[in-house]
Amino acid sequence: MTADKTTPPSDQAYLRIEDLTKRFGQFTALDRISLDINQGEFVCFLGPSGCGKTTLLRAIAGLDIQDEGRISMDGRDVSFSPPAARDFGIVFQSYALFPNLTVADNVSYGLVNQRWSRQNIRDRVAELLELVGLPEQGDKYPVQLSGGQQQRVALARALATSPGLLLLDEPLSALDARVRLRLREQIRELQRRLGVTTVMVTHDQEEALTMADRIVVMNHGVIEQVGTPADVYANPATAFVADFVGTMSFFEGKLAAPGQLTLAGINLACADDRGLTPGSRVTVGLRPEEVRVRNLDPDQPNTMQVRVDDLEYLGAFCRARLVTETGGAVILADFSANLMRDMAVSLNQTLTVSLPPESLHVFATPIEDLASEEAA
Amino acid sequence: MSLTVSRQPTGAISRRRALLIPSENFVAGALVVLLSAFLLISIALPLYALLSKSFLNRQGEFVGLENYAAYFANPILVDSLFNSLFIAALSTAIVIPLAFTYAYALTRTCMPAKPLFYALALLPLFAPSLMSALSLVYIFGNQGFLRGLLFGNTIYGPIGITIAQVTYTFPHAVLILVTALGLSDGRLYEVANALGTPKTRIFRTVTLPGAQYGLISASFVVFTLVITDFGIPKVIGGQYNVLATDVYRAVVGQQNFERGAVVGMILLVPAVLAFAVDRLVNRRQVALLSARAVPYQPAPNTARDMGFVAYCLVVAFLVAAALGVAVWASFITYWPWNLSFTTANYNFPRFEPAGWNPYFTSVKMAALASIIGTVVIFTGAYVIEKTKAFPMARGFAHFLAMLPVAVPGLVLGLGYVFFFNAPWNPLNIFYATLTILVVNTITHFFTVSHITALTALKQIDREFESVSASLKVPFWNTFRRVTVPICLPAILDIAVYLFINAMTTVSAVIFLYGAHTKLASISIVHMDEAGFIAAAAAMATLIVATSIGVKALHIVLDRYVLARFQFWRRK
Repeated sequence: MTADKTTPPSDQAYLRIEDLTKRFGQFTALDRISLDINQGEFVCFLGPSGCGKTTLLRAIAGLDIQDEGRISMDGRDVSFSPPAARDFGIVFQSYALFPNLTVADNVSYGLVNQRWSRQNIRDRVAELLELVGLPEQGDKYPVQLSGGQQQRVALARALATSPGLLLLDEPLSALDARVRLRLREQIRELQRRLGVTTVMVTHDQEEALTMADRIVVMNHGVIEQVGTPADVYANPATAFVADFVGTMSFFEGKLAAPGQLTLAGINLACADDRGLTPGSRVTVGLRPEEVRVRNLDPDQPNTMQVRVDDLEYLGAFCRARLVTETGGAVILADFSANLMRDMAVSLNQTLTVSLPPESLHVFATPIEDLASEEAA
Repeated sequence: MSLTVSRQPTGAISRRRALLIPSENFVAGALVVLLSAFLLISIALPLYALLSKSFLNRQGEFVGLENYAAYFANPILVDSLFNSLFIAALSTAIVIPLAFTYAYALTRTCMPAKPLFYALALLPLFAPSLMSALSLVYIFGNQGFLRGLLFGNTIYGPIGITIAQVTYTFPHAVLILVTALGLSDGRLYEVANALGTPKTRIFRTVTLPGAQYGLISASFVVFTLVITDFGIPKVIGGQYNVLATDVYRAVVGQQNFERGAVVGMILLVPAVLAFAVDRLVNRRQVALLSARAVPYQPAPNTARDMGFVAYCLVVAFLVAAALGVAVWASFITYWPWNLSFTTANYNFPRFEPAGWNPYFTSVKMAALASIIGTVVIFTGAYVIEKTKAFPMARGFAHFLAMLPVAVPGLVLGLGYVFFFNAPWNPLNIFYATLTILVVNTITHFFTVSHITALTALKQIDREFESVSASLKVPFWNTFRRVTVPICLPAILDIAVYLFINAMTTVSAVIFLYGAHTKLASISIVHMDEAGFIAAAAAMATLIVATSIGVKALHIVLDRYVLARFQFWRRK
């Protein structure tokens, strides 16, 4: 289900993955994955645990060789090469710093082996530590640094040999929320500056949305969607992507006519029906922030009366549970603190809302299949 | 920024790398093969030789269960079987409550001087098992000063064997039970107390269930140690026959290898059973304690604590006496008539044709087993745990490495006799050499060391090898620069464990020594046989002194020298 429109012409790809399959016993971790990654691109593999994103990263690194399929880097077939014959640097969630070596010795670990002169190594280490914002810390031991600092040392170590590819395996997951935010920006900034092709694995959609040039959403060993963060968020290719990236409420519905939906006895217009045959059962998705309450024209499409069933206070905004007057469908809506104040929204109040046709996402999967997929 | 342009000319390097790559896999593979080959020769084939021998007659023809039938048709031999079971059951029944109370005092009270009491309980680990038997001869033997306490019974027989076995196995039980009682969730006690549970009920419903796996494991270990121990019944068994002395007599005395093989197979049964139970219990024990458990912190309670001090004083005194009397007696001119101090008993040439040589041979053998064994075992564990070459062979090597713990020394020694002494075996040139003693000792104590190494290696980030690979650093560089320095404490533990066991072991090597490779522990058996009990005690004293000396050196090294190289652990 790769979105071909975002895949560039093949001759530009720095990293090319073709029909990659990996099984662990009966379990298929990767199922015929194909993907091209461009020079200098920052790509995130996003998905829930067990979706195969880490397996894919480790296959790219050569740490766990795939059962079938090919990988080429910079035009060179490395499908069955051991890690040392590939050209990459890697950063792990656990930092994996050598605890008995100083920060400087950690960073220069790969340089020593390449027979650099001592002076060159010293200069390079200083340069890298400067780059990750840890100058003058070279003589310390990893245990003396904070988690965020350790991860930056790991980053410097991975970049030391100027690899063509940087692999990041959940690099921020072990860190505190605040440190995570800061390091997120630093990594992104560093990547832009060096222009190194980067693949990051994460299960955190926010991380993927803020950092990536392109996101690869994975589930059950297949790619669900490839696209820019805005694309993935605004035009989720599947119900899974819609649910995993951001929040969405789902309804059971039917495509009555082209561009015409029926759900809970209400007729609604939608902008994109994905060319499905009229009469098919569909799942309709709606993001909470798309529910319009203010400045509604009387002739606005898809307007309806709803009752405020529940309000969940979340600080900057409120998540409201709205129940339609007809049909009793449940809609989630995010109301800003502003709107709550201006409209004096309260429990059991009746509101008029509009669901813009372009914000109604139609998916071919029937809703009960969606639920079972989540349970699995 | 210069970074983007400072890429090295990679062509030459990657060509060199390309040459390096197969060799990295090749080295790992070769190490796996070497380790498997070593374990195959040192444990699997000797065991197979023993097994097959028990089904062959003297002419080497297959006779099915005939040897077993002959064994069970002989009432004297069957008596030994029952004697062995009786002694093992009795010793276990005595040791477990003793050790449990002792371990409870060490873990669940605020008794003072816990480290000292712990150390005293572990003393017998530094001596050959038969040393306590020698002490008993001095205390309760025909010339013993407390002979009256036996009311006319003789110490040479079940009474002596049982007391000596209790002393010998006590530290093993304490070690297991301290671990089991130490793994407790303090929250359970807080909950029980909050619910107003009486102390006895807490003990019954929280403490005992928590330690039950430790109790089971300790019982099996003690039972196996007793039933397979050779030194104690040899010294103090008198006319009371047990399986271990039967094997010795059959093989060394009567050259009846078939019967020896049958008894060896019988001895294997409790050991294998104990091994299986231990594996099972271990798995459950881990599941018992979640990662969120908070260790139990005992609160001071003067009456209880003092009670346990009194108990531990008595037990520790008895344990120390069981070794100390032999040490004392080794410096006495003529027990019990002339108690003046002498070093004459250390003039070994008077008592033993090999003189002092057995002692030096022992030290040399222990040093070699310790050094070679540590290198083989730690490197082996590393290859099994951290490399990816030959998954099947690595699994097989791990299986073989876990095997020796289920094989009693006497059985292993027998297997070596049958395998390495066979005329068809080109390896028989090693028979009775120092080499075979070293290999046998490393193998005998392989499993515990292997587990120590694996545990240490598992604590290391499993991505170190991945990181090195990404940095094009071959695994042996990371092994040398990172893995070994991090694991140095565990490596030292293994080396000391091997050394001490090599010094004290009797059972396996009794079949394997030669004229020039007699060990100190074997010399003790011989001098005791010849009636030179004081000299035997002197040799035992030397072994204990050497073992404790090495252990003390280990503690000093660990605390003062190693600590200086481990500054990277400190914040």
